[in-house]
Amino acid sequence: MSATRTTLAALLLGATCLTAVSADAQTLRWARVGDALTMDPHAQNEGPTHTLNHQIYETLISRDQAGEMVGVLATDWRIDPEDPNSWIFDLREGVTFHNGNPFNADDVVFSIERATSPTSDMKGLHSTVTGAEKIDDYTVRIVSSGPNPLLPNNLTNTFIMDEEWSVENDVVEPQNYAEGEETYAVRNANGTGPYTLESREAEVRTVLRRNENYWGLDQFPVGAAEIVYTPITEAATRVAALLSGEVDFVQDVPVQDIERLSSESGLRVNLGAENRVIFFGMDVGSEDLATDDVEGANPFADVRVRQAMNMAINRDAIQRVVMRGQSMPAGIISPPFVNGWTEALDEYPAADIEAARALMEEAGYGDGFTATMHCPNDRYLNDEAICQAAVSAFGQIGIDVNLVSQSRSLHFPLLQREPPETDLYLLGWGVPTFDSEYIFSFLYHTRDGGSYGTWNPTGYSNPEVDEMIKSLASNTDIDARNETIADIWEILKDETIYIPVHTQMLSYAMSDEIDIPVDAENQPKMKYVEMPQP
Amino acid sequence: MIAFIIRRILQAIGVLIAVGLIAFSMFRFAGDPVNQLVGIDTPAAEREALRQALGLDDPVPLQFARYIVEAAQFDFGISYQFRQPVSDLLASRAPATLELAVVATIFALVVGILMGVYSALRRDTALAKAFQAVSLIGISLPTFLIGILLIYVFSVSLGWLPSFGRGETVRLGGWTTGLLTGSGWAAIVMPAVTLGLFQMTLIMRLVRAEMLEVLRTDYIRFARARGLTNRAIHFGHALKNTLVPVITVAGLQFGSVIAFAIITETVFQWPGMGLLFVQAVQNVDIPIMAAYLMFVGAIFVFINLVVDILYTIVDPRLRSSLRAPT
Repeated sequence: MSATRTTLAALLLGATCLTAVSADAQTLRWARVGDALTMDPHAQNEGPTHTLNHQIYETLISRDQAGEMVGVLATDWRIDPEDPNSWIFDLREGVTFHNGNPFNADDVVFSIERATSPTSDMKGLHSTVTGAEKIDDYTVRIVSSGPNPLLPNNLTNTFIMDEEWSVENDVVEPQNYAEGEETYAVRNANGTGPYTLESREAEVRTVLRRNENYWGLDQFPVGAAEIVYTPITEAATRVAALLSGEVDFVQDVPVQDIERLSSESGLRVNLGAENRVIFFGMDVGSEDLATDDVEGANPFADVRVRQAMNMAINRDAIQRVVMRGQSMPAGIISPPFVNGWTEALDEYPAADIEAARALMEEAGYGDGFTATMHCPNDRYLNDEAICQAAVSAFGQIGIDVNLVSQSRSLHFPLLQREPPETDLYLLGWGVPTFDSEYIFSFLYHTRDGGSYGTWNPTGYSNPEVDEMIKSLASNTDIDARNETIADIWEILKDETIYIPVHTQMLSYAMSDEIDIPVDAENQPKMKYVEMPQP
Repeated sequence: MIAFIIRRILQAIGVLIAVGLIAFSMFRFAGDPVNQLVGIDTPAAEREALRQALGLDDPVPLQFARYIVEAAQFDFGISYQFRQPVSDLLASRAPATLELAVVATIFALVVGILMGVYSALRRDTALAKAFQAVSLIGISLPTFLIGILLIYVFSVSLGWLPSFGRGETVRLGGWTTGLLTGSGWAAIVMPAVTLGLFQMTLIMRLVRAEMLEVLRTDYIRFARARGLTNRAIHFGHALKNTLVPVITVAGLQFGSVIAFAIITETVFQWPGMGLLFVQAVQNVDIPIMAAYLMFVGAIFVFINLVVDILYTIVDPRLRSSLRAPT
């Protein structure tokens, strides 16, 4: 009996603790589906890892909440007037790392070298960077193998580490998979950012504390004195934790819960476009398809078939029914804030089954054909349901599609293999550089075994377009470059290699005492967040 | 006796190797880990190099042999995702899972026995019928649903208990425990009830059936004839004899409590090994998956071994049969 009483007392005590915690207004309790994989800022080029590191480490240049580039540790940057292959960065003065070490040009040179070293996961982004040199204590030059107009765009997730700290703790290079040993930087962090790493239990709880020596304290609100970051895998539990007031901010809100959360008093839901467009791709290059019933010909190679499919998809219905309004139907495979996107390009044909059927007839496929579609079921918002909607749309114009939905770990290798093992597939694409070149070189350029066309399993190969895409990489004349981008889009829009569906929307749900707008890169920076005064 | 134990241990090793082999042949269908490891803009050549560095291109038998040799030295490799030794990861997660499993089993035993005894002794009361109905729910509702229901009632509506996590934990050497803090106890209530509900129902029904059976036997009638109090008969004689099969079942079920903790841990974000495993499956983290499956296999083998040995101690009739291999 007394044991029961003790348990009861313990329970009551627990409940009291719970309320005591939620009363502290200066703590921001933040939940999302997954945790950062590591605190080593160059070991993983991955969203949640960067998001957490953005609170602790800083980059030379970053993006604000609207996606505009802003200087952080760099105050100004320009192409070296004497050398078109180099960019010069002026650094912020008076910045210190969390351990008290001053920040200067040596740290930048060190960090760029670390980020481009063989064991870094960031090196793919900086494949053209050949090195960095110190000009003086607060000026740095970053050199590329050729003119590199997008270098600043590529630096927004390249964090700056303290050279002395890294040498002291033997983390001069990012951790090597093959070696296997865990390094000091995996669980410890020393950045210049607004928050310091107080404690970290991977996959359970990470506590950050406000850096009282932060250089930007008088420029940004930096409202939360403490941030508690908790991954909660299960969607229903994540939502329940917000409803019960155990967390203040949920970053990954399930689409089906948005309406309910918005109508709940005391909660706020913010919506915004994510930097990710969802589309269908198909094999346009092969002589014959593996999964269709047409002998000796590839129906997808006929542009009329592709246009018919483009017309069959009812984007507005997908937006309304499948996405419950949480998407922006798209006419090209580019999110709206990417350089090169225009309203005219983004226009999409209204769903018109009659016209689509007529096109199919014209192409000689009036009786239709069969094909297999591959779809991920755990990667994008409602990915499988989008595929199902498309299957029924294609069915209406006589294309009998057999749908294969599977985990992303099985889906993506189909696209990556050479030759690719899919004829028709769903893919989503984000554009970290905010520039169309990133779309062209990965999705439209001929697959060349190197870094071009790695995500182009369609077999599309247009030497003229390839030439134009290659010229973008080194064209530093902004106007001429933008003109080429517009020309490329004009060609590609007519080719209809891909069938765009929509740009994904993101939704953040939070207590109505705070207001965190959706970040286009889905990397909310907590220094912008104001907290209610206690 | 010693020969028997040695023989059983050898069998156990055989079982573990078989578990490892089955697990390993399944991983090929889990997908490509390299895709999860590198950034989306990594060129094909680098992906290939990483695949080779991880030994994923080798034939499966070779990979398996390498794994078994290393596992025999308690080296389970490095997690692809966390880049930490798998043995460290599992060791840091084991306390949460074991605590949850023990609390859930104790809950199932205590509540299950009480409900079982009551519904056997007062068969026709409304409460006994209610218990029967509850047990039906416990057997038929999926764990996932029970967990979510509990969260919505006790966290969202009433605000009494936390919906996720383990509360505050205290570190005791290499072990972290939530059982020394108030928030830890508050956090374990719902997961333990969710996890233990099925076992509780099982035990309740077992106790009820056994109890009804025992109450009909001759020695209970003689006890009544001797004029013993009801209390002494029910608890001193009947219940004691009921408990032998109950303890056996509860012991054997402990392995499945640990294995089934996967779902409960996911619902409540309980930072145990099951949650680690679920995330590893999503990310094709083969070293974690392999080590976890081996661990669960080892627990089952160990429990069965202990039960076998206990039987021979408890029941002398079994000992003679040990000499001849069965």
